[in-house]
Amino acid sequence: MITPHRRDVRDGIRDALPVIFAVLPFAAVFGALANDSGFSLSETMLASGLIYAGASQYVMLDLRGQQASAWLIVLAIFAVNFRHVLYSASIGRHLQAFTGWQKALALFLLVDPQSAAGEERAATSGLRPAYYFSYAAVIYGVWMVGNVIGALFGNLIEDPAVFGFDFILLLYFTGLIVGFRTRPNFFWVLLASVLASLLAFWTVGSPWHISIGGGVGLLVAAMLVNPDRQQEPPDGERHV
Amino acid sequence: MSDLVLLILAGAVATYVTRISGHLILSRFGAIHPRVEAALDAVPTAVLAALVAPSVITRGVPEMLAVAIAALVATRFSMTATVATGVGTVVVMRYLNL
Repeated sequence: MITPHRRDVRDGIRDALPVIFAVLPFAAVFGALANDSGFSLSETMLASGLIYAGASQYVMLDLRGQQASAWLIVLAIFAVNFRHVLYSASIGRHLQAFTGWQKALALFLLVDPQSAAGEERAATSGLRPAYYFSYAAVIYGVWMVGNVIGALFGNLIEDPAVFGFDFILLLYFTGLIVGFRTRPNFFWVLLASVLASLLAFWTVGSPWHISIGGGVGLLVAAMLVNPDRQQEPPDGERHV
Repeated sequence: MSDLVLLILAGAVATYVTRISGHLILSRFGAIHPRVEAALDAVPTAVLAALVAPSVITRGVPEMLAVAIAALVATRFSMTATVATGVGTVVVMRYLNL
């Protein structure tokens, strides 16, 4: 008989598998670019292992190449990663089964697909550490291995856009969004976020479109909810 | 320690702050207002949509079409099928120079 723990581990690995095709090339390209920017292999591993946020690491390379000051680079990393504040607030409500240290580690590993997979799991089977960390182990492991491959054999990788590798992550996120379509006011939240994101992208510029677009979507969700219907203590009132 | 290692460590701290602060701030409040609860439930949809919207729009017609088809596939089939269909659509359309 399969235990719930075993099933969590199996499902975590299974759900992470499609993401490998997006993460591996993304990681390899970072490894190759970091190598070109003068990072040693250990510095690349340090950056990927401790920051563990691909898009912001690309920004770091880019700004360093432009001789930007250190504080500006750190500020840019913070800005690109600001969306994690929202992920953290949301997923934090579903970590009751985690100990303090497990929570601290879980939040360290909170990349985009991890957040979405965790939310989905919390809504269906309940989110337990075995699922969360087995999913995270696959993504983190592939991310690190991809970095090494890119750093060592970077000159063999051509422009990733030619193969559409960079597009895979976008499709994966699209699939994740569709997975949340049964949530209340899904369509209006989606529409508001997309429109606000585009508007911000063309006016304020990247990376602010993420926080602004996301923020507007949250406002719409908050405005459209009927507070009277949801207040059903003791179960409807959740404590963190 | 080299300047680069210090920069990496500072970047790591800045990133971890973003990942832990949302939870730390929220857990200071006991009960969560229903409107805040609704906003938090919308986080994955809203943030992911805001993240991808510009790249979907600015990449070109093949990519926009591929995302639309992939979204339809995602309502019925697995994530692997979704991603494969999207990639296949772009590859075919680029090959045909559409």
